[in-house]
Amino acid sequence: MDIALIHVFNALLYASVLFLIAGGLSLIYGVMRIVNLAHGNLYAFGAYVSAWIIGYLSTSVAVGEAGSGAPTWVLLALLPAGALAAAAAGALLEPTLLRPFYKRAEEYQLLVTFGLLMIIDDVIRFLWGPYPLSASVVFENFGSVTVGDTLYPTYNFLVIGVGALAAVFLWAFIYRTRFGVVLRATSQDMRMSAALGVNVNRVYVQAFTLGCFMAGLGGAIIVPSQSAVLGMGVDALILSFIVVVIGGLGSLEGALLGALIVGVVREAGITWFPEVELAVLYLMAAAVLLVRPAGLFGRA
Amino acid sequence: MSVLLETKAVVKQFGEFRAVDRVDFRVQEGEVLALIGSNGAGKTTLVNLISGLLTADEGHILFRGHDVTKQPVKERIRAGIARSFQLVNLFDQLSALDNVALAIFSRQGKTRRLLSLADADRPVWQEATDVLALFRLDAHARTLAGGLSQGERKLLDVAIAYALKPKLLFLDEPTSGVGTREKAPIMDTIVSVVRSEGISAAIIEHDMDVVFSYSDRIVAMHQGTILADGTPDQIRRDEKVLTTLIGTPEPPRPSQGGG
Amino acid sequence: MSTVTTVVIPARSPIRRLWYAAPVLAVLLVLPWVAEQYQTILLAYGLVMAIAAIGFNLLLGYTGLLSFGHSAYFGVGAYAVALMVKYLGVVSMELHLLGAIAASVLVTAIFGIACVRYTRIFFSILTMALSQVLWSLAFKFFWVTGGTDGLRVPTPTLLGVVTGKGDKTAFLVHQYYYYVLGVFLVCVAIMWVIVNSPFGRALQAIRDNETRAQFVGIPIWRYRWVAFMLSGVFTGVAGALWVPLNGLTTPDILHWTFSGKIVFMAVLGGFRTFVGPIVGAVVYNYLESYAVGYTVYWQLFLGVILVVLVLSLPTGIVGTAERLMARRRGPR
Repeated sequence: MDIALIHVFNALLYASVLFLIAGGLSLIYGVMRIVNLAHGNLYAFGAYVSAWIIGYLSTSVAVGEAGSGAPTWVLLALLPAGALAAAAAGALLEPTLLRPFYKRAEEYQLLVTFGLLMIIDDVIRFLWGPYPLSASVVFENFGSVTVGDTLYPTYNFLVIGVGALAAVFLWAFIYRTRFGVVLRATSQDMRMSAALGVNVNRVYVQAFTLGCFMAGLGGAIIVPSQSAVLGMGVDALILSFIVVVIGGLGSLEGALLGALIVGVVREAGITWFPEVELAVLYLMAAAVLLVRPAGLFGRA
Repeated sequence: MSVLLETKAVVKQFGEFRAVDRVDFRVQEGEVLALIGSNGAGKTTLVNLISGLLTADEGHILFRGHDVTKQPVKERIRAGIARSFQLVNLFDQLSALDNVALAIFSRQGKTRRLLSLADADRPVWQEATDVLALFRLDAHARTLAGGLSQGERKLLDVAIAYALKPKLLFLDEPTSGVGTREKAPIMDTIVSVVRSEGISAAIIEHDMDVVFSYSDRIVAMHQGTILADGTPDQIRRDEKVLTTLIGTPEPPRPSQGGG
Repeated sequence: MSTVTTVVIPARSPIRRLWYAAPVLAVLLVLPWVAEQYQTILLAYGLVMAIAAIGFNLLLGYTGLLSFGHSAYFGVGAYAVALMVKYLGVVSMELHLLGAIAASVLVTAIFGIACVRYTRIFFSILTMALSQVLWSLAFKFFWVTGGTDGLRVPTPTLLGVVTGKGDKTAFLVHQYYYYVLGVFLVCVAIMWVIVNSPFGRALQAIRDNETRAQFVGIPIWRYRWVAFMLSGVFTGVAGALWVPLNGLTTPDILHWTFSGKIVFMAVLGGFRTFVGPIVGAVVYNYLESYAVGYTVYWQLFLGVILVVLVLSLPTGIVGTAERLMARRRGPR
């Protein structure tokens, strides 16, 4: 029973982070019809920035008691810095690099984001070096709770909470605000929206920034429990591809469902069929594409 | 004259909307027929059902006595049904000559050959050149289809269908999107080719001048059904047609749209 | 797919094109005798990747399908060789090539059935997902594949007589280089015939206008499927040739980022032309090798090149060169 509960928590943990990354990817595709191959790198970027700040403050003597670093709540408050950094990167990249490509063939869009992937990968390497960057102090300071006979890290609940909150906020944002209406209209019919006076360029940069923010937030909240490492972006991208393919490219509900499915299958896979865990996930994505090309929630 | 194509109570439904409603439609051998009707009357849907772009929900389509209702496009082409498109569908990155040659290769079952050079097949190139000449496109043989003028594209579209050596040719608005002055030469070219080869043609057209001057028979559709069927003279005097189609403010449309 | 750039195509003159190829071929033939060993080996890598790139471009340039999963077929070719060595003790390069062809036909036939029903981004993602299946299997089934350590492959026997026993570098620089060059020329010749065959024209027709292709009687899915297999087989052959050069095969070549490199090569050279991917593959190989030699930030360097390329020279090296030549000839 306790074991089952822990499996559920782990699945939710994966799902929360995956939802943030894949939701951002899907949001960007839904509005702009661009698949951003560098999306995973923005997640990695968020993770690195947060880890760097936390690492710096937690060892810095200037703040707090000598040797002990800043108190946990300060670190926690600064954790979202990674998300903001990723959002800033997105706000910078969309007008400069992506905008020239909206009228060009899809393959060029994929290629330019692939180039971006290579660039961001090395920018991270340049800024923070080849070694993992840890922010585990936050994770450790949270301690753990007992679930039955086992200890379970308290911090993980925070991650799950942030994932759930993000889903709720996003839903409210898209369906309950004026900006959401504009966003949905633009994703339905860009030309019509433009004709009706929507500033499409602005909507695009906002959507892209929001998508990057989500990716960065995913990186920021996971980095205390897993260090930031090179290559984490590419792996995350592929996993979020699976999520959006299952859920439907461009659909946030789909991203949520897809993240839950992938979270559960990953947890089950790691426990019971570790050799084929990833293969099963990819095959699931392929199978969904074959049966329902637009995904479980997608528009045909 | 014998019946070439016959539809029996053909139905096509899009959700709640019945685009084609139990239509009995007939094409005789060797005739040039015009399909008229306002937008949404079901003309293009009917042609799509016969050519195989869509599959009928109910009813039967008989071509030379054989039931082709459920046959794939390829089989219908082999049987002798070809079509052009309202919004021209060409292979833009291939030359005009290649566009036509491809249809010939396909007709002869040669597109399966992957270890012989297409350019080395003299008879095919000769035939393709002849077809282009027939449609007065020989001067543009080496021009990429994407670089042709709208009128030339319309002709090339028909030339591709013609190169399949059909017995029945559907032309979906062959002069739409073309300047008024260009219309007559295009229709002259198409109709003279079709008549000299004895091909039956069914033309969807909105321009009533074109309709009355080039067709042997006119079929008028309205709301998914056939409203009237007769010679140009009969149709001109048909009251139903006058009130629902010609009399109503349905000006000859200069631009393209759904048919 | 995109806009039409040139309006009038030049008269067909394949023979005249061959004149351009003659000096290039001469350089390729004498290179091992005049250049440093390292240069020859680099070029051998370039030629191998060129085979993969022309295979890839049958889909992108001629059929209009952007595969982000060609690492799978390259890897299948490479692992087919490595597993033949490991389990069957086969050392003949000809048998390796046959094995790689058989394996890639099998894999592409299965993957193809799934993929050819889709176009555009869905095709790209599906090919990517399927290639990742193979990557994860190679990664996890280490008792078969060696996992991240990969599998070592000794130098093979060429044509049943030439062996690499002794000086391995000398073998690679001379015998193996010429072997690669031979296979490369055969592959280029076959691919050139394919793209210029009636079948090749049918693929281009499908690329330009799927609906119309259907209405001249071309079975779209079946032709795409055949193109998919042909494309994968060329890439599989490249994978098989690559293994002896590298001496080792690892899951890296199955990862989707390796597919990205193949795409990069085709676009760098120009995927709208036949020779573009060949030029692109050779140039990319030099770029990457030198960049890796000079800096740890070689990815940054290549990424910037890719972005600049797509932004300003979307027709690639060959496409741009052709346009410049046409412009110089133009005013006269």
